[in-house]
Amino acid sequence: MGTGWATEGLWIYWAIIALMMTGLYILIARDNLVKKIIGLNIFQSSAILLFVALGKVEGGTAPILIEGAPVEGPGVPLYSNPIPHVLMLTAIVVGVATTALALALVVRIHRAYGTAEEDEIVAAELLRVAEIERAGGGS
Amino acid sequence: MTTTDMERLEEILAAVPVELVLFVLLAATAVVIARLKDLFSAALLAGIYSLLSAGLFTLMDAVDVAFTEAAVGAGVTTVLFLGTLSVASRQENQQPWRLRPLLVVLLTGAALVYASFDLPRYGDPDAPIHHHIAPEYIEGVAKEIHIPNVVTGVLASYRGYDTLGETVVILAAAVGVLMLLGWPGARPASAWAESAEEGVHPDQIAGKEPQRMREKVILSSAGRLMIPFILLFALYVQFHGDFGPGGGFQAGVIFAAGLVLFGLLFGVDAADRVLPASVAECLIAVGVLLFGGVGVVNMLLGGSFLDYDTLSKDHGQHYGILLVEAGVGITVAATMTRLFYAFASLAGARGGATEH
Repeated sequence: MGTGWATEGLWIYWAIIALMMTGLYILIARDNLVKKIIGLNIFQSSAILLFVALGKVEGGTAPILIEGAPVEGPGVPLYSNPIPHVLMLTAIVVGVATTALALALVVRIHRAYGTAEEDEIVAAELLRVAEIERAGGGS
Repeated sequence: MTTTDMERLEEILAAVPVELVLFVLLAATAVVIARLKDLFSAALLAGIYSLLSAGLFTLMDAVDVAFTEAAVGAGVTTVLFLGTLSVASRQENQQPWRLRPLLVVLLTGAALVYASFDLPRYGDPDAPIHHHIAPEYIEGVAKEIHIPNVVTGVLASYRGYDTLGETVVILAAAVGVLMLLGWPGARPASAWAESAEEGVHPDQIAGKEPQRMREKVILSSAGRLMIPFILLFALYVQFHGDFGPGGGFQAGVIFAAGLVLFGLLFGVDAADRVLPASVAECLIAVGVLLFGGVGVVNMLLGGSFLDYDTLSKDHGQHYGILLVEAGVGITVAATMTRLFYAFASLAGARGGATEH
């Protein structure tokens, strides 16, 4: 981007933060549980993007060793940092497993309340509590 | 437009980083997802979002991560969402516009942007994280493990404990889903392919049975051609993971994506005959046992847990990584396939009474 700016090389983090905030907005502003999980997924994937972005080395290449190239001393090829890659690739697979768990919970909630909208669930639950209290007060 | 104008335009276009283009597309997708009331479209857009971020990962040199994201996001997660939506409502309720969440998000975003000024510049080779541990890992993988893919070396050998932990988390999540959605036996015999088209097929309006997916010539013949190659590619990614991008996590997901495609085209029942749900359940545990078992064998041979050098004098690390990655691949493939069965069966069980 621009040269000599104080912000040079930071815009990519801001783009990631913008995506993250979109995910967070969907997560907290929407009542639908499935939509919330989609928001959570966007949030998660931007967190992963942030980690991977931190591992990038300018002019570097994927951390797969080039045959015959030295690994120390002068003339060492530049590799991007492999550690964020290791951590994030397992995080993605664990992420889909936990997403499945969250969706299974939504299915059960839908079975119990007949809806996946948070406000309706809360209303149904309040109604139930009120009924129990009335029954308790009557006896 | 004159040629100099064209040249100037090309110069300007060449100066735009590809990352920026992908970020704009990602942001557009995210905003559309936020605005859509139709959850079905939102789930499909989330798949596109994953594919776009896989492109970004490739640009950031994280080829292994890109691999995983593309297979998981575009292949598996979308199917899980669609399975859920076949039970829950496909439309989101209208809700009044709220100010407070927007304020919270803007404040959080501002705080994060403020914090970002302390981050090293993107791609800065002098950033602290590139000078601690990472160089030792890169040298160590070349000298001690003797495989080219540093990511695989770190994943399976240096950070083997972590990876074992992650594999156990996947097992735990699979057990959780199965407990929530019901164990086999309760699994209704159903064909996802049939119900996936319900409500939109013109035959149905005419009162006829909806056409099965397998009778759709283009889809089924293209799928039949692709599935063997997807499975073969998964095996390549599994066993070539030491040398190129790949490994157990990626291979497992790609293998499962092949089976999911089969299930979508020919029905869950057909997929269940290829890989029965009960076998998949056993395999989830077998993978974790194989991983942990390698560690126990290492201990019996006099080393510490997951110290592969005890397996063989010269090739211990190779054998260890091969076995451990196989364990991861088996667990991931079996988990993803079993999760697909669980969610796809929901589509068939739709219309049942709500439980109280």
